[in-house]
Amino acid sequence: MRGSTGTFIPRPGAAPLHRQVLAQAAMESRLMLRNGEQLLLAVVIPVIVLIGGVAGADRVGLDLEHSAVDVFAPGVLALAVMSTAFTSLAIATGFERRYGVIKRLGSSPLPRSGLLAGKIGGLLLIEVLQVLVISIVALALDWDPEPGVLGAVLAVILGTAAFASLGLFISGVLRAEATLAAANLVYLLLMAGGAVVLPSSAYGAFGHVVHWLPSGALGGAMREALIDGTTAWSELLVLLAWAVLGTALTARTFKWE
Amino acid sequence: MPAPDDPDVPAVAVDGLVMRYGDKVAVDGLTLTVQRHTITAVLGPNGAGKTTTLETCEGYRRPQSGTVRVLGLDPVRERTTLLPRIGVMLQGGGAWSGVRAREMLDHVAKLHAHPLDTDMLSDRLGLADCGRTPYRRLSGGQQQRLGLAMALVGRPEIVFVDEPTAGMDPQARRTTWELLEELRADGVTVVLTTHYMDEAERLADHIHIIDHGRLIASGSPLELTRGGTHATIRLVVTRPFPPGSPDTLRRTLGEHAEVTQLDEVSMLVTGPADASTLAKVSRWCEENDVLPESLTLGQRNLEDVFLQLTGRGLEP
Repeated sequence: MRGSTGTFIPRPGAAPLHRQVLAQAAMESRLMLRNGEQLLLAVVIPVIVLIGGVAGADRVGLDLEHSAVDVFAPGVLALAVMSTAFTSLAIATGFERRYGVIKRLGSSPLPRSGLLAGKIGGLLLIEVLQVLVISIVALALDWDPEPGVLGAVLAVILGTAAFASLGLFISGVLRAEATLAAANLVYLLLMAGGAVVLPSSAYGAFGHVVHWLPSGALGGAMREALIDGTTAWSELLVLLAWAVLGTALTARTFKWE
Repeated sequence: MPAPDDPDVPAVAVDGLVMRYGDKVAVDGLTLTVQRHTITAVLGPNGAGKTTTLETCEGYRRPQSGTVRVLGLDPVRERTTLLPRIGVMLQGGGAWSGVRAREMLDHVAKLHAHPLDTDMLSDRLGLADCGRTPYRRLSGGQQQRLGLAMALVGRPEIVFVDEPTAGMDPQARRTTWELLEELRADGVTVVLTTHYMDEAERLADHIHIIDHGRLIASGSPLELTRGGTHATIRLVVTRPFPPGSPDTLRRTLGEHAEVTQLDEVSMLVTGPADASTLAKVSRWCEENDVLPESLTLGQRNLEDVFLQLTGRGLEP
């Protein structure tokens, strides 16, 4: 029988919440950067859409008020945010649930709100990288953005919050494989019909509907910021509402296993 | 009712716990207490309700009926207060597939205010050599040890360990046992589930045996195996017993002996281990035309206790 060495004398306590959240954010982004597939999807698809969109618009002579790259680049940035905050997050979280990571963290001092904040922090880090890459490609295609920095930054932040909370909601109620399928399907549907890359005005009467979708609101806010240089408060409000809804749904339904 | 930080409050108090999954009753009115600074084993076969009970204590599941208190706290309503004070080792998993062993341990350490030194902990658990190995490439035993390290790193008052040595080699098992004993000596309460008799017998101060979600026996290993002058006689025969053998043997021996059929060629008799009992068993064999292959007299061990209580073995 072992005697006391004093090594394990209890001294419990949670780290300050901000330090827990920082640790979680660092971990999330590190793991995502290590996963080549996810990163490829997050950067390569948006870049292809940008180059393809600009080339295609020139060929079919799409009637746009501004140059094709000026219209597409903000939308592609929105698409990149959506792919990371929604699709990548949902899939990663789905498999975290499968592997018991979420369950493990559920018995650690990190509260659910801290886990969400950590995940969003990790996503923002990845998004900084995405914005850098996409901006460089767009600038090479003669992109001439207006400096609507406040509007763009708010759009990315609120868009991330909205999509991340919805992605977590899906990954919390579905199995890992179903999450994988659903997250990709929703991503494709929103990319095609959700007014991310193309303005909602391009959808005719249907535009009034897609305008209220998180994808339409994010795309619209990015375009208003980077084409007109203004802050799209109504779109930002729509994103905020989705973020509140998604967070409420996730908080109510998320299961640790 | 004493305050939650009162040292007299039991580490764990489960009272009338009922948990169902659909039609299946996993825990059926379970009541048990775990005293502080002990190693307490919850022993039972697979599906007995051990893990469900543990997960209710850890705040993962809400009791459908009855109450559960850990350090006097409600694990669901007061989870933010409780969670930093407990350490949890899950039965498996609990890490990202691509995360490195040491990276995972350091991460959990960062969530706590006064974590243990992770160098020391890795050394103690034999994880120093695989610190840079991704989780998915760790052996089962290494994953188990990492799971234990994650449960301990926050310096908890209670650790809940679910089948801690499953999949470990004998050396790692012994190291883990010594570590759990050191935890107790340092004032940590250890609650472990196991279906290994030797583990419970060697480690535990107190054992709760559960089966079909109910507490069927409780006590120290000594209390459970003592039974006065009682001992066991293990009877193994060459051909399967004729039908109804346990009953006829029981009638032959009288009311002081208990008879449990282990399989078709062996029976266990628990009772006064004297010449007269042995003679009665021999005479019964003769009368029933069965040939004893062996007739062994022994001290009752935990396995015998369990067999007697449940009528079946513990191995999964």
